Amino acid sequence: MRTTLDQLREGDCARITALRLRGAMRRRLLDFGMIGGTRVRCLRKSPAGDPVIYMVRGTMLAIRRQDSRRIAVEVTPCR
Amino acid sequence: MPLIALAGNPNVGKSTLFNALTGMKQHTGNWPGKTVALAQGVCRYQGREYRLVDLPGAYSLVSRSPEEEVAEAFLLDGTADCTVAVCDATCLERSLMLALQIMELTERTVVCVNLIDEAERAGVHVDIPALERQLGVPVVAACALREHGKDALMERVRAVCDGFLPVQPKRCGCGIRGENDEASDAIAAQFVLRAQEIAEKCVRRKEGRRTSPTEKLDRVLLRGWSGYAVLLLLLLGVFWLTIEGANYPSMGLQWCFDRLGDSLRRGAAVLRLPAPVTGALLDGVYATAARVVAVMLPPMAIFFPLFTLLEDFGYLPRVAFLMDDRFRRAGACGKQSLTLCMGLGCNAAGVTGCRIIDSRRERLIAVLTNAFVPCNGRFPALIFLISLHFSHGSALLGAGILTLCMLLSVGMTLAASKLLSRTALRGEPSSFVLELPPYRRPRVGQVLARSLRDRTLFVLGRAVAVAAPAGLLIWLLANLAPHGTPLLQSAAALLDAPGRLLGMSGAVLLAFLLGSPANELVLPILMMILTSGSLFGAESTAAMSHILGEAGWTWRQSLCTIVFFLFHWPCTTTLLTAYRETKSKKWTLLAAVLPTAFGCVLCAAIHLILRLFS
Repeated sequence: MRTTLDQLREGDCARITALRLRGAMRRRLLDFGMIGGTRVRCLRKSPAGDPVIYMVRGTMLAIRRQDSRRIAVEVTPCR
Repeated sequence: MPLIALAGNPNVGKSTLFNALTGMKQHTGNWPGKTVALAQGVCRYQGREYRLVDLPGAYSLVSRSPEEEVAEAFLLDGTADCTVAVCDATCLERSLMLALQIMELTERTVVCVNLIDEAERAGVHVDIPALERQLGVPVVAACALREHGKDALMERVRAVCDGFLPVQPKRCGCGIRGENDEASDAIAAQFVLRAQEIAEKCVRRKEGRRTSPTEKLDRVLLRGWSGYAVLLLLLLGVFWLTIEGANYPSMGLQWCFDRLGDSLRRGAAVLRLPAPVTGALLDGVYATAARVVAVMLPPMAIFFPLFTLLEDFGYLPRVAFLMDDRFRRAGACGKQSLTLCMGLGCNAAGVTGCRIIDSRRERLIAVLTNAFVPCNGRFPALIFLISLHFSHGSALLGAGILTLCMLLSVGMTLAASKLLSRTALRGEPSSFVLELPPYRRPRVGQVLARSLRDRTLFVLGRAVAVAAPAGLLIWLLANLAPHGTPLLQSAAALLDAPGRLLGMSGAVLLAFLLGSPANELVLPILMMILTSGSLFGAESTAAMSHILGEAGWTWRQSLCTIVFFLFHWPCTTTLLTAYRETKSKKWTLLAAVLPTAFGCVLCAAIHLILRLFS
């Protein structure tokens, strides 16, 4: 199922299909190894619902919704 | 002397490795992007000396943040005889992305896989020989915390520096960035995929993933109400320990300084020094400096280590995570809660810490609002004023009220941030990625010993550099009376009208003004003004309450003074730091005006409301 990163529920896994971000934030995500095909897992939402922690390549990253909704993903079963 | 550069992601134990190699006890933090200035040290190995440079933690060398620019510039410069790329065995893949970039830029690289024991505990095994084959450079496993692998690393570094160990880094030769954004993206993706490929070949994970301790703890610490409750309880606990624990050492120090002061006075009498000289030196310089040390040292020596322990543990980035929503709504960056926490220790340190915020607009907001949280210099005065009228001798109640003060501070920080992002620093909240490191056992002994030494030196240095000259100046003002009244009293009388308007008095306002070099001076100065300079810095809490009682001090004045203590211009050190960070007189001025304006409005409002209801 194709959706965006912010739509994942806690515990969901997905594969990144496209980064619809520009500039500094795009670079930042690339630095953390977030490219097309990268597996991510939605770990935990903050009490306010935003930001959300994702597990990316063994690192826990908190990302705000304004950014995560620009990351297209495809929901996959968790490994 | 060969020059060795240490480079790596934030939070991979790079600074711990640096300390282990150089023996120089440099502060290391468990939050991303802590090391900003370049730390240097000397490492002795087999009778030779090596100069080590600890580069700032970076996620990538395609620079954006100031730290990463520093790291890239240093490596491109080619001054290092050997670069050690420090990797994290627990998430090798991510560390490798940076290591590959380093290998792309420098000729002689040694890869150090740190935290190897932590990885083994988590069921992750790194095949070092395989990694060596994949990278083409020497690879050493290490555990910097236990100083394992230190010699093996230096052995490789020595051999590489001397050229006996030929290094053939397997690189793409494409550089680390392209001509345009698209090409740069493609190169970045290339590095990511290569790191993934290497990690797949060299890292073996035990099957049957158990829930990691970090995940279990996060379930409590980051979840809804329990997260906020723990945050509040931790704050309360830290304050309670600070108040309760600082009491006796403070009294002990005061007693020692009093005895020493008596001896000095007797010595001065024997030497027949003229009265003004004795007065200026003992009642002015000595008494003020002694008081600052006695009052400041114990709370600082307790607060700082506690805080460093939380930092070491990895809790602080979680605070940023929990608070980010609030800061985003105020148009600011979630990392501002980290600089705010640093400000609790020292506002100048907090302002410097704002470098961890990438966006210029949000960094400025953090700099301008840092003084909204009370630093350690203001704690003793706040604790005294709280105990005077509100806490009735209970340390727990005192800590509770202090926590309330802190919540007010945080609230005002958010209000001021919002005000700034609506007016002078208009803009949308920028993007934000925050790495949450796994929890690590803090190094209790090391933290306590280092903190105690650092704080003692800091307070003593400040006592000599700031409190002593200020003491002299204030003694002169209290004793020079060109028209019959001492200057201090005339100035206080002059300031009485505005002081009363703010629910305080001219004396208090004057004390705040004269205490600008250091907030810890405000209370001793107030005492001097109220007693016409006849009373010296060395007095007990009881004596201070008595003096205030004599001056007709009420709980309303205490309340307004507490609020003004929370919100007024930052100390001169902080302002100088703000100028250094912003390089702008305008922003520095605003950093002073903004909290003062908040304090004036709040105090005037409280004063007005209290008058209406009495």
